[in-house]
Amino acid sequence: MLLVAGLITGIIFGFLLQKSKVLRYDKQLGALIFEDFTIFKFMFSAISVAMVLLYAMHDLGWIHFHIKPTHLVANLLGGLIFGVGWALVGYCPGTSVGAVGEGRMDAFFGILGMLLGAALYAEAYPVFKGTLLSWFSFGKVTVPQLLGVNHWIVVAVMVAIMGVLCLWFEAMGK
Amino acid sequence: MALKEFFNREEWSPYLAGGLAGVLLALSVLVTGKFLGASTSFVRVAGMLERLFWPQKVAQNAYFMKKAPVVEWQVVMVLGILVGALVSSRMSGDFRFTLVPPLWEERFGFTPLRRALVAFVGGCILLFGARLAGGCPSGHGISGVSQLALSSIVAMVGFVVGGVLVARALYAGRW
Repeated sequence: MLLVAGLITGIIFGFLLQKSKVLRYDKQLGALIFEDFTIFKFMFSAISVAMVLLYAMHDLGWIHFHIKPTHLVANLLGGLIFGVGWALVGYCPGTSVGAVGEGRMDAFFGILGMLLGAALYAEAYPVFKGTLLSWFSFGKVTVPQLLGVNHWIVVAVMVAIMGVLCLWFEAMGK
Repeated sequence: MALKEFFNREEWSPYLAGGLAGVLLALSVLVTGKFLGASTSFVRVAGMLERLFWPQKVAQNAYFMKKAPVVEWQVVMVLGILVGALVSSRMSGDFRFTLVPPLWEERFGFTPLRRALVAFVGGCILLFGARLAGGCPSGHGISGVSQLALSSIVAMVGFVVGGVLVARALYAGRW
């Protein structure tokens, strides 16, 4: 049953990614060279809507959060390494699979590389576990918890920042 | 028939599609408790492939113990992305078999082998980084930031900074 739910979720997600063109290499690189901000418009809209709905449902006690643990060095260094690879391949893990679905075969070679990268990480993991992943570790912490303020204040600030960025993208016509 | 025309349309506003993706995430969490993500599935599939050749090694690896090489919710979800993109692009007539993206061709010419090689190397670096960071633009970017997780916001900054630096070097000729 859970697998069926996963398949349906993926089909809808893939449909939305394709319709908004964010699967394209040109859109992903376009954002990184500041020529076309479509992927950020998609992302900021998804985050804003999900953030409001998730925090509302969490307040009502309907759902549990799944916060990824903070290891500052690993999060930032891993993020930077991801960014380097992202600019080269031009797809992220989810969009690479979708890009193959719309016939963009260069993404297939990207997927093969990603599988190799996953296998290499599994080899490196025992070394990182006692080093990078244990430095500056703060556990499953959220920004409102860190600041000690009501979460709706942070939600409002985040939505406002993303909204202003989108208005700016539109003003530039990108 | 207006609805059919809408679904067959080649392009939707990224604000609309993104907003709907946000609703999809919230519904998924409400119904199944699952958050969107993708990079963990590459670990599981890599483990399944590696197990064909070195079952002993996979069984003893600490990371494959944490992320078992099995088909679970997210692996099926990621395959669903392929199906959804195929359906959408078929409906609008947007499906194309291509080897080189237009922007790449403009900068580096029609060089499919070079493109495949760079995509392979880039993919390898990207996924290694995603696992070190703990997620990708789906897991950290959409799911994590919408829960206001500190780890996700830090990782997201890394994604963009790393990406912008290398992309601007690659396409430096454009300025």
